[in-house]
Amino acid sequence: MLDAYTLQTGTGFWDPVVWIVVFLVAFLIALAIWLLGEKEYPRDTQAVKPFLSGNVEPEKADVHMRAGNLYWGFTEAMKGYYSRLVPLHTGVLNDYVLWFLGVMALVFVIVGVAA
Amino acid sequence: MMQELLLQNLPALLLAVPMLGAFVTPLIGRASGGARNLWAVAVMLATLAVAVLLTAQVLSSGTVVYTFGAAAPDLTVPADSGGIPIRIIFAVDAMGAFMALAASLVGLGVMLYSLASATRSTGQNGYYALLLLLVVGILGMVCTGDMFNFFVFLEINSLAGAALVASRVDKGVAVEAGLKYAVLSTLGGLLVLFAIALLYGQYGALNIAVIASRMLFTPLDQIALVMLLVALAMKAGAVPMHFWTPDAYSMAPSSITALLVVASQASLYGVFRVVFTLYGLTLDYATIGWIIIILGVLSMFVGVTMAIPQKDVKRLMAYHAVSQTGYMLLGVGVGLAVLGNQQLLDTYGVIAMEGGIFHIINHAMYKGLLFLTAGAIFYRTGTRNLNQLGGLGHSMKWTMVFFIIGALAIAGIPPFNGFASKLMIYESVFLFNPLLAIIAMVVSILTLASFVKVFHSIFMGPRLPEYADVREVPAPMIIGMALLSLLVILFGVFPQEVVDLLITPAAGALIDQGGYIASVLGGA
Repeated sequence: MLDAYTLQTGTGFWDPVVWIVVFLVAFLIALAIWLLGEKEYPRDTQAVKPFLSGNVEPEKADVHMRAGNLYWGFTEAMKGYYSRLVPLHTGVLNDYVLWFLGVMALVFVIVGVAA
Repeated sequence: MMQELLLQNLPALLLAVPMLGAFVTPLIGRASGGARNLWAVAVMLATLAVAVLLTAQVLSSGTVVYTFGAAAPDLTVPADSGGIPIRIIFAVDAMGAFMALAASLVGLGVMLYSLASATRSTGQNGYYALLLLLVVGILGMVCTGDMFNFFVFLEINSLAGAALVASRVDKGVAVEAGLKYAVLSTLGGLLVLFAIALLYGQYGALNIAVIASRMLFTPLDQIALVMLLVALAMKAGAVPMHFWTPDAYSMAPSSITALLVVASQASLYGVFRVVFTLYGLTLDYATIGWIIIILGVLSMFVGVTMAIPQKDVKRLMAYHAVSQTGYMLLGVGVGLAVLGNQQLLDTYGVIAMEGGIFHIINHAMYKGLLFLTAGAIFYRTGTRNLNQLGGLGHSMKWTMVFFIIGALAIAGIPPFNGFASKLMIYESVFLFNPLLAIIAMVVSILTLASFVKVFHSIFMGPRLPEYADVREVPAPMIIGMALLSLLVILFGVFPQEVVDLLITPAAGALIDQGGYIASVLGGA
């Protein structure tokens, strides 16, 4: 019966139903381990607060990581790429038209040469 | 009798129902806004029902040909026309039916969502009328068997789309985006029309099957091919002609953006129809195939890398839409590149095409869903700026769940639908050229990274004071998102059923140029 749900990809296959069953089993094992953990820790006390080398913990909202700070390292590492790519997106309609016509001219040449 | 008449006229009804619905909508809206909304949903439901019936008909009995104005719908060639089908003919094969079904499904989700999302806007009569006209344009493009008719529906698609992009005005920024979309669409449409004129001048016909049967691939045909290919690729948002996409997608109401994705895919369908059916084996398939592949790879990589630094959630998603279009171009491009080699076509070409085509419907579902979730966030917070958002997971749990489903699907995480189609593309493209498959996989990883950022920025973190009063969106918006989420999950869990039922016949229809011609001309 499972064969009916198996996606044939030419050189391989993919069975989502088996994957879901395995995922559920792994989830149940993880849940069981979690349930074995300590349940009686003192909530709402100093015990659950993070220790920041004795510093006062700032308000959560003040330390929320905003989108602009994420992947800074990635964009910094790719600065050479982005410094060329981003300026191409000028927002100017004339440029959009030029790119369109430029690509068309290039494809004309390629098809013409190939023919 | 009535049932027979209905079944006999399904292709006409597929267009007539939403078109009539569009024109009547403003009239009903003058009497009552509630009645207008009900009417619009009923029209979209009826359109979906016709699309389902038509798809079933195509899958059971082959290409459905419908001749407008003839004594019988299958009388394609009048006795006194010299063998030319002079009337407008719809030729709905498995590929066209597949696209019509995808568009109708997304259209229904969008319509349900709009019931709540559009309530705060003025001009709702025009909004619903244009939305239905956009559906008409999409359905017409994927069903017609006539080149000039294709141009007409392309124009309906473009004009309705541009008007809807500009509909929210937004201090003029949306109008500017709509203008850019309109100008580029008009330029593209003009070149499509010019290409059609070149073909008509040579072959004296506008019917796709007739032109295909007479195609000689002369220099004029090559010029027409380049114009059609580049203009439609631009309309589909392929890099480096994608610049309009983030502008238009981000400024349109989110419900409309979800449908604009499908509108772009109708142009992608146009690219595939032109190269496979109109030109077929007469063209230099290896060269054109590689051109499509390069456009696909550029779209994938540039799209995703431009998405990562974006701070406007809708611009970010728009760049991802460009990136995902690249997968479709890559898959179908590989199929085209090996079209003349039956062995390679059987080994991986067909699977690559099936992967690309499967990705079309998957993308329509999950990208539509993601744009709807972005709209839900904007609806409640009034901002699309990721730097200003945060902590909404506390108050918009349903939206968060739908976003997770869409994000995992677009990133190609199992068991969602994006994984199934991407896997087909990876494995088949790897056999064609391993480097292309590696690029495709890297792009998927970057996509996941990008959506982790979006998820964190919008939903994670403490409840922010400025959004203390934010609550979940109204029920119609949840229903619209739930419908698309359900499809994303179902298509992911039962991919082989979808492939067997819709995708394999669609890919087969694209490859079988002779079958398409014979279905219209009857082997003449």
